[in-house]
Amino acid sequence: MSSGRDDGRDQKVAALLLEREVESFIVQEAALLDEWRLDDWLALFTEDARYTVPSTDTPTADPKEALAIINDDITRLRGRVERLKSRHAHREFPWSRTRRFITNVRIKEIINDEISVNASFLVYRIRSGQVDPLIGSYSYTLRRVDGGLKIATRKAVLDLEALRPHGTLSIIL
Amino acid sequence: MNPQKLIDEDQFGGVFRVHRSVFSAAEIAALEQANIFQRCWLYLGHESELPNAGDFQRRTVAGQPLFWVRGNDGRVRAFHNSCTHWGANVCRVDQGNAELFQCFYHAWTFNNQGDLVSVPDDAAYGEGFRKEKMGLVAPPRLDSYRGLYFMSFNRDVEDLVSYLGDAKEYIDLILDQAEEGWRVVPGTQKYSVRANWKMFSLNSLDSYHVRPLHSTFFKYTESLGPGDPPPIPPTDFPGPQGRSLSLRNGHGVDVFPSLARARPIAHWHPILGEESKEEIRNRRARLVEKFGAERAYLMCNTNRLMLIYPNFALHDIAGVSLRYFEPVGPEYMEVTVQTLAPCRESAALLNRRLENFLSFLGPGGFAHPDDIEAMESAQLGFRAGGPEWIDASRGMGREATALDELHVRAFWRQWHANILGNAKAERYHDLRSEGETGEGTGR
Repeated sequence: MSSGRDDGRDQKVAALLLEREVESFIVQEAALLDEWRLDDWLALFTEDARYTVPSTDTPTADPKEALAIINDDITRLRGRVERLKSRHAHREFPWSRTRRFITNVRIKEIINDEISVNASFLVYRIRSGQVDPLIGSYSYTLRRVDGGLKIATRKAVLDLEALRPHGTLSIIL
Repeated sequence: MNPQKLIDEDQFGGVFRVHRSVFSAAEIAALEQANIFQRCWLYLGHESELPNAGDFQRRTVAGQPLFWVRGNDGRVRAFHNSCTHWGANVCRVDQGNAELFQCFYHAWTFNNQGDLVSVPDDAAYGEGFRKEKMGLVAPPRLDSYRGLYFMSFNRDVEDLVSYLGDAKEYIDLILDQAEEGWRVVPGTQKYSVRANWKMFSLNSLDSYHVRPLHSTFFKYTESLGPGDPPPIPPTDFPGPQGRSLSLRNGHGVDVFPSLARARPIAHWHPILGEESKEEIRNRRARLVEKFGAERAYLMCNTNRLMLIYPNFALHDIAGVSLRYFEPVGPEYMEVTVQTLAPCRESAALLNRRLENFLSFLGPGGFAHPDDIEAMESAQLGFRAGGPEWIDASRGMGREATALDELHVRAFWRQWHANILGNAKAERYHDLRSEGETGEGTGR
């Protein structure tokens, strides 16, 4: 036996559980990056995934038409991880320390098995006597695969006007 | 340090070295501002950035806030971004289109040709106050070569074409690759390096570092499989080892065969995608038809790292990039990078061109972050004490290959002449005898 009020409550609980699942997924992902567990991180992506960081002056532009900072398909993303794990990615050898603060996680839209998510980030990169903060927002498309979540698109939009004084985006943002 | 002795050259012993103080001394940085950045032609932008009357862009040149704008009369002008009344910036967004630039402080209003057209309550001003003399102030010289705009704060600077010297030939060789013309692709990589600006000039010419520093990039591209086999060169130039050349006036270029690697114009490699094969091969065929086999080979199967002295790198490798950089103090620089694409390139090839660019270049690429690490590491190394000089002797006394430092020495000779207050170096090349100058294209 169920009343209308109970139905509403079930929906709210389901929404809350999804929010918790999404937020927990993103926080876990950040931890993998801070701990440089790059193979585990790579395993979160779908085969058709994209990881992009637009240029600071064209934050909404399509990287097919505008020069971005990063526009990786899964092949380049694997290459990026391979490079970062080698001893020859000199900007990241030894690896920098990073600390990621991910907040304001919001589910924007759910279409079939895909969930669009926005979040704010503050990522510190610490290396060679410098502390460089990276500030901006993430847009994710998470896809339900075999009951779990996978990343289909992951866009990091910088609020910074330029990568100054950072110089590079050598870590995974 | 006596400025005369900042460069130590033993022509006959084959040693060329530069005193390390040039990378950190405040007095040197001040001399560079006065004698180089206030005297030379400096890159401003590409004509495609201002297609229509009223289009404008903000720029900082030599630390000075400027903007450049196409006036209603169709002419391109640059202005110091400062109201002639109390000095506030009159252009306060990075780009746009405007008939008028109104200062937000007291509402003085200028048109897009720089004329002061309106002053609130102008009856308050006396007879000596002449609006027509209070227009925006333009740097004294502005000129363009094939759509590349340069400006100078030096009224007496030589004309742009003679300043560019033999670099003109290489600008032509790059820009002729797209018969329909080029445009700046939206999206600007703006970053910085915690190092002296001249490190970027040197890095922009140098390919000696490429194999040791960028091994991860080659590992990645080689993992994608082979590109089209390179053609048999129809010309001896630049030869299998490539060439390092002085282009006079401090400009230089490194030219070397691109072998089986990708060139959006016009050599196919898997990184450019199956869908682009035909377009790339058609472009190559048209270039052969128009320019002949030799010049088409240079366009399609060789790469160029060119530096226009002092601070503008025009690179034709993994795409065409425009990189300009300027000092903010002796140990920090700001860098701006844009890329050109042919105006009528297909959307599919443009996408691949940009992906290919990003694989190597830019602050998130597989190679350039390590250039920045190397420059910053050298800057820290200069603080270490110990060695007093950096060495730039490579390839002295032989026909300089692409891995040699002839163009680097040409840069330093021009730089040293400027520091000593001279407009030109006495010579840019290494050898003076037997007509072997090491200059020009060798063609």
